[in-house]
Order: sequence, then structure tokens, then C-alpha cells
Amino acid sequence: MTAVRRYPVLLALCVGALFMVLPFAIVAVNAVKSPAEYSANGPLSLPDGLYLDGLQSFWERVDFGQKLVNSVLISGSVAVLAVVLSVLNAYAIGIGRIKGRTWVLAFFVLANMLPQEALVYPVYFLSKQAGLYDTRLSVIIVFTVIQAAFGTYLLSAVLGRFPREIIEAARIDGANAWQVLWRIVVPVSRPTIGVLLVFFFIWTWNEFLLPLVMLVSNDNQTVSVALGVLQGQRLMDATMTNAAALLGVLPAIVFFLVFQRTLTRGIAVGAVK
Amino acid sequence: MTLTVERGGRVVEQHTGRARPRRPRDPYALFLLPGVLAFCAVVVVPFLMNTGVSFTEWQGVGSPTWSGLANYRELLDDDEFWASFRHSLFMVVAMAAVPTAIGLVLAAALFDFVGKHFGSRTAAVLRACFYLPQVLPIAVAGIVWSWILAPEGGSLNELLKAAGLGSWQQDWLGDPDLALYSVMGVMVWVQIGFPLVVFMAGLQRVDPQLYEAAELDGAGWWRRFWHITLPQIRPETYVVLLWCTIAALKVFGAVYVLTKGGPGGATNVPSYFSFTTFFEKTQVGYGATISTVLTVIILVLALIGLKLQTRAEDAEDGVRT
Repeated sequence: MTAVRRYPVLLALCVGALFMVLPFAIVAVNAVKSPAEYSANGPLSLPDGLYLDGLQSFWERVDFGQKLVNSVLISGSVAVLAVVLSVLNAYAIGIGRIKGRTWVLAFFVLANMLPQEALVYPVYFLSKQAGLYDTRLSVIIVFTVIQAAFGTYLLSAVLGRFPREIIEAARIDGANAWQVLWRIVVPVSRPTIGVLLVFFFIWTWNEFLLPLVMLVSNDNQTVSVALGVLQGQRLMDATMTNAAALLGVLPAIVFFLVFQRTLTRGIAVGAVK
Repeated sequence: MTLTVERGGRVVEQHTGRARPRRPRDPYALFLLPGVLAFCAVVVVPFLMNTGVSFTEWQGVGSPTWSGLANYRELLDDDEFWASFRHSLFMVVAMAAVPTAIGLVLAAALFDFVGKHFGSRTAAVLRACFYLPQVLPIAVAGIVWSWILAPEGGSLNELLKAAGLGSWQQDWLGDPDLALYSVMGVMVWVQIGFPLVVFMAGLQRVDPQLYEAAELDGAGWWRRFWHITLPQIRPETYVVLLWCTIAALKVFGAVYVLTKGGPGGATNVPSYFSFTTFFEKTQVGYGATISTVLTVIILVLALIGLKLQTRAEDAEDGVRT
């Protein structure tokens, strides 16, 4: 391929990539403008200086710190619990090769594909009966199970290829199934487990429908729900909208930068099996 | 306790070999117990309840009254329902067909063009840019875009004005003829990173010799793309199409935040339709009917998809061995 034709392709790809990140840039630029500056120059001008009062007043108005705590608490708990549940399931299916494992696995896969709309009302109703409505615990329980469906599917495939000699050797040394799981299978599968932890965390962070239904009070809402509800009410002015968008985007970018390698590797693992 | 069961299992296994199932009880089945119980409580029971409620009239309080197939008959005559499913098909185009097609070309270009001539770092940075919207909560993406697409002072309209195309300005999300396409555009932006990353990973296992041989034979980039890249990453393509189609049928957050199904139901989709029927109209029975139909469609698609996928994998294994 000649150099003459190389650069136009690269250029086209760069323009495409720029278009993808442009919305983030526009949001960042406008979140640091004062309302006066915004109304004078519109959304496309560069800011004169850093005006952080908009961000600060938005933060205080929606108690954003509390929303972050809720999101971290819910996503973190779900990630850990769902991984534990997935490991237990996958151990029985992938290594234990229990009878009827194909059916059990198919059951988990289908459960994973079920639209949440088909669960949302009964979950809402049952959690009210159980006194769990509008608690973070209810959301943690539901998403632990929903995420574990995917985890079971992925881990079962990975553990199905686990070298059996290692397990046999441990057995001969007198380890029981429980010890084999925690001392051998889990440490060896650490890369896959890491991928699952990151995925579950981010997926739960981004969830919308169920948290929207389950978490009605301000003190329990996640970042996604709080911002979505605010947007739905159409009460925000331009500066506030930008503050909201920037504060919503920032955690996602942080996760992305921190977890980028795990994410891209993980998607590959997930798709191949 | 576990140990004894375990030993029993081993002994039996030694005696009977593999032909007979292990007798006392499968020791590993215990590990499945918490998972199965949790699934029954959170997925199976609510799902069965939802299906049951779909055959009743129920306002969410009191006890439901049995109405048989009345809800389903009503659904067949409900224009709003058919419209929402038509919009779903548009979403499948925007979230599955278009991102997969663009993703294939982008992945091939990034992998064997940018990656080879400009280094894999450049390719990784570009890939990261395309993937970024995927990690964004959909609610936040909705806020960003509804502000960009706003009719008054929205960045897109301002940009058009600055470019001297003031007559192209539109009320992107408020015009019933346009809103669905605007939402589709946003969904393409959201979705494109997923196929791209999967395809780029898939391309890594394609034998580079295939490309070299084709290049020696004088095949240009498009021909290599068509005859080598596409067939080689067909398994990934199946998976991506299936996952994206299902995601498209489930789309909720974007519609909730961008348009609330409006204007005048122009962007209503089944999941949003069932949500409003459940929680705003409190016609729980009818809402359950909508979500049950949606579930059936998704499960049928999923089964077909999985079947195709295993068949493709079997065919592939056949070629390899």
C-alpha cells in the first residue's frame, strides 16, 4: 500500500474517532462556563475561564456525593456477590460436570436474556411485601442474580477447559471439593474473575430500569437514576444540564481509563465463548 | 460432611466407571444450590407471576381477576402496541445492523491497516475513542445528547448555523417525523464500540498467512476484507448480531431520557410501553401482557441465534479437524 493512500484512511478514522468523543468535549467545555457566558456566546465557544460554581451548586442540590456512595455501594456489592455466585455455579457445571449440566446452563443463558420488563412488576410487588422496597439491598439482591447468569455462562466455559490433572492431583493429596475450589480453581481463574468483577461493576453502575423503579427516595438513588429522573423532569437549564452530564461522565471515564485493558480483553473472552 | 459424600462419590466412580451416574449423590450439585435458589426467587418466580398476571385484569392492588386471553386479544388490536414494535425494528437497525456493518469495516481498517502501518498503539487509542460511549450510563448519554439536539441553543443547531446551514436546523427530538431517526443516530453512537472491540479481538486469531497469500495473488483491500476477514470472523458476527438485536429489543433508558416515547408516541418502544402501562396507567395485567410477548420474541430469537451459533461452530470444527 502506498503512503499516498495510507494517510486518507488514517485521517478518516481519526475524524470518526473525533466525532465519537466530541460530545464529551462539548459537555466539558460548557460545564465550566458561567450562565452569563453561556447565554452570550452559545455552546460552541471556548470558555473564558474556569467557572466551577455551576458544578458545585449542582453537586449540592442533588447531593451528588450521596449518589456516588450509593452507586459504589450497590455496584461493588453486586460485583463481589455475583462473582461468588457465578464461581459456585460454574464449579458445579464446568468442573463437577453434574448431570443435566447442559440444561442448567441453558437455563442460566435464557435467564440472562430475559428482558427486565418481564420481572420488574413482580419484583416491585414482592419487595414491597417483603419490606425491601426502596432499599439498596433489594437492588443488590436482584442484580447479583441477574449478573451471575452471565458469569455462570462465561465461567462454565472457561472452567470446562480447566486442566483436570491439577484437580486429580489435589484430590489424591486429600483435598475435598471445597478446598479444590478455593485453593486451586479460583486462584488459577483469576484473570477471568477479574474481568467479571469489572464488568459486573460497570454494568450495575449503568443499570437504569430496575433501580428507577425500586429506588424512589433521594437518599437511595444511584447516579444513573438521579440524573435520568432529573432529565425526565425537564427542569434543568443549560448550565445545570452540563454540570449533570459532566458529573455523570467523569466516573465512567475514570473506570474506562482504569479498566481499559480488562474491558477489551474481557469482551473478547465473552464473545469467543 | 462434604468429605464423606466426596469419598463415596469417588469410590462409586472407581467401581462403575463412567457409564453409570455416580450414585450416592453428585457432590458438586451442592455448589449449585445457592445459585438455583437465588434464581428461583429473583427470576423464575417473578417471571411466572408476570406471565400469570398477563391473563388477568389487575390494578396492582386487591386481587387480580381472571380474564383469560382478553389482554392478548386487546393487544392485537392495539395500534400503540404495533407502532412500538415497528419502532423496535428501527432500533434493531440502529443498534444491531448498522453498528455491526460499520464495526466490521472499522475493525478491519484499524487492525490490518492502522495497526500494521502506524503501530498498534495508534490503533488502540482509536479503538478506545470508539468504545468510550459503551461505558457511559445510558441515562448520562441521554442527557448529553438531548442537550446537543435541543431545538433552542442546542450544539447541533448552533453548529449548523455557524456553518451557514441555518435552514437545516430542526427540532431533532421534538418533531414526530424526525425523533425516531434522531434516537437511532444516538443509539448507533452508543453501540458502535461493542462490535468493534469484539471484531478486533476476533481478527487476532486469523492466520496472517491468509492475507499475505491473497496479497501476493494481487487481491486488493476490499477483496481481502470480503473473502478473508468476513468468513474468518463469522462466529463473532453471529454473537454480536444476536446480542445487539436482543439489546435493541430491550432498549429502555435511552427512550426514557431522550424522548419519553414522544412526541405523540413517535419513539415508543415495547419496554417503555410496558413501563408506562405498569406504573403510570397501572394496568398491570396489560403491562404484563406486553412484556410477556416481548419476552417470547426475545427468547425465540435467542434460541434461533444459539442454534445458528453452535451449527457454525460445529461446521468450523469440522473444517479444522
